[in-house]
Amino acid sequence: MIKNFIKNAGWPRIIIGLFLLALFITAPFVGVNVFTSFNNTIVRFGMNGVMVLAMIPMVQAGCGLNFGLPLGIIAGLLGATLSIELNTEILAKLAELGIRYKISWLTREFLTAYREPAGFASAILIAIPIAAVLGWLYGKLLNRVKGDEMMIATYVGFSSVSFMCIAWLLLPYKHPTMVWGYAGRGLRTTISVEGYWLHILNDWLSLNFQDKIEIGGKILDVNLSIPTGMLIFFAVMAFIVWIFMRTKTGTAMTAVGSNPEFARASGVNVDKMRTISVMMSTILGAIGIIVYEQSFGFIQLYMGPFYMALPAVASILLGGASVNKATILNVVVGTFLFQGILTMTPTVFNSVFQTDMSEVIRLIVSNGMILYALTRKVRA
Amino acid sequence: MVRKFFDIIANNAVPAVFILISAFAIPLSGFSASYLVQELLTRIGRNSFLILSLLIPIMAGMGLNFGMVLGAMAGQIGLLFICDWGIVGIPGMVLACLIGTPIAIILGIFCGHILNRAKGREMVTSYILGFFINGVYQMTVLYLMGWIIPITNPNLLLSRGYGVRNAVSLSGIRAVLDNLIPTVITNPEGAKQFLNVNGAGSFFLIQLPFFDGTIRIPLATFIIIALFCVFIVWFRKTKLGQDMRAIGQSQSVADSAGIPVNRTRIIAIVISTVLACYGQIIYLQNMGTLNTYNSHDQAGMFSIAALLIGGASVSKASITNVFVGVILFHLMFIVAPMAGKNLIGEAQIGEYFRVFVSYGIIAIALVLHAWKRNREREAARRSLRGGNGGKA
Repeated sequence: MIKNFIKNAGWPRIIIGLFLLALFITAPFVGVNVFTSFNNTIVRFGMNGVMVLAMIPMVQAGCGLNFGLPLGIIAGLLGATLSIELNTEILAKLAELGIRYKISWLTREFLTAYREPAGFASAILIAIPIAAVLGWLYGKLLNRVKGDEMMIATYVGFSSVSFMCIAWLLLPYKHPTMVWGYAGRGLRTTISVEGYWLHILNDWLSLNFQDKIEIGGKILDVNLSIPTGMLIFFAVMAFIVWIFMRTKTGTAMTAVGSNPEFARASGVNVDKMRTISVMMSTILGAIGIIVYEQSFGFIQLYMGPFYMALPAVASILLGGASVNKATILNVVVGTFLFQGILTMTPTVFNSVFQTDMSEVIRLIVSNGMILYALTRKVRA
Repeated sequence: MVRKFFDIIANNAVPAVFILISAFAIPLSGFSASYLVQELLTRIGRNSFLILSLLIPIMAGMGLNFGMVLGAMAGQIGLLFICDWGIVGIPGMVLACLIGTPIAIILGIFCGHILNRAKGREMVTSYILGFFINGVYQMTVLYLMGWIIPITNPNLLLSRGYGVRNAVSLSGIRAVLDNLIPTVITNPEGAKQFLNVNGAGSFFLIQLPFFDGTIRIPLATFIIIALFCVFIVWFRKTKLGQDMRAIGQSQSVADSAGIPVNRTRIIAIVISTVLACYGQIIYLQNMGTLNTYNSHDQAGMFSIAALLIGGASVSKASITNVFVGVILFHLMFIVAPMAGKNLIGEAQIGEYFRVFVSYGIIAIALVLHAWKRNREREAARRSLRGGNGGKA
């Protein structure tokens, strides 16, 4: 039975799982507050979950790991910045619509009260069509380069990020909180979302505990704040993906991923399915970054999204996905393990060795995981 | 005839576009000719060797060796040791190479084995492997050096007592190779000035009456690069080189012809890694400072972009591509920020533009290669089915 478990889970996952467990066990002895660490892990899980979820459609459709996630992230950044830039215009427009179509609840007062959720929703609603268009183009491109998707995806991501670096400087954004003060144009490298939709999901229905407990003669502050809203949002997104993968289109997509020839023979339009999967991945990436930003508090432009694909890719692989098969469970387990290590290593290592090795460990674990997946013999 | 003409254009589209961009950007930047020539000569000496190290894996059909950063890291470890021991000049460089070589060989063998397990996706695997080994390198340099690995020079170590500083001065070997055979081209007027400043020493002064400005040529570096080009030409003709080309054409055919495919592929990667190690040492002796945690990062990306701009593809690259590429790429590198500043009033745009071009060009080259390969595969399948090229 143990042998079977090891075979199913795979050595790297077990080693990393044990490593994380060891970190959690060591933590109290070296003076790290486990509750805070655990809370941070949960928050970071919620922040990154949707972006990891974005890997599923493309993996299932046989397009490989989406190293081109930055493309979706860019759509999300456009949505986020536009939602702030056009905040007042959007609200005014909505109020106007309310009057015109006699929607009794859609009044100016209502919109003022729910300004922040409306801003957040508008960011997502603006990002989705942009992501759909970019994803469509990206999908068409990937259809022409079957077999080399991952390398090309990487460079599509890189070149789109560096292209957007020029665009962020030149686009006619005007909002004073977003552009450089002295020049009056060109977006700043980091933009605060405070006053717009900071912690909009984190604070929604959040559960807060505050207590002091005594463990081994030491009094420990327990300060938990569970971001229920963000977790619910992730669960809803995961559920949508789960349902989608079980619809006719989703099943066809999986068929394309497992055996394109067979899928074609049974009348599935292979290229169309692949394009849909890439569009979905890109849209999820766009939503994912907005969720990330509302919790993080800042929109990071320019080179910010550059390496964001790697943690997401590593997470889903850590969760047990392979290059051509991934499930929601992989996402949940992988994100939790990966973010757990990211949260625990700096705190624990700092206390034990007085130095921060987290960056190095992150590099080795995440890329080691990707290497393991790439070199695994795939059953044809 | 017309088709042939289009073929030539299509095959050299990338260099042609870059010549066009440069033709616009050079006047915009307002740099003088002698400044540009000087910068270009320096950069050719600095970068060519690194780019040349990419040729052999391409020959063996393994695509662009993103794993060349492994070699660069090996070279940097060699340099760190000679800095610690205080060995300067050419002996220092040679010693750095000697220390780097075994590390590069081990890393190359490791990389080769990994790539043999990931046939068909060598590039993405070698790319991720670069990141992975970067993690191991950082672990070694940041935590083990000065703790387990003896490094004693306090100028190298962080104040906490172990781990190497972010920037290490390579003043001991700075430009030693470039200035080994000091050569200067200038006009008679400049020659007089030059001798006044530097004194009549062991300079090769080449005087050209109508030449504007003064240019130093890293002659010794060029000689080494030339020797290396000869080595590559010779290597192609050896048994091993022929084997590699056969594998590059078709692994299965090569295998049935009795060529040890996996072994030969590993050798190709080992050679590339070792050469990248030397290339990085040459590069850093010109720069004079080692950014311990960043220098190797960009070596791979810039070398690959330069090679592709020179008209190479994922499956075919020549020595000409290397030099055309290094000239065009670095010409853009020099002029883009100034051109951006003079055109739009922001140097930052030119800066981003060249980053965009570096990544964009790699993306385009990869796309064209995959596209072409898929079409060929399709055509081959059709010819098998129809018997006469699918025209029936």
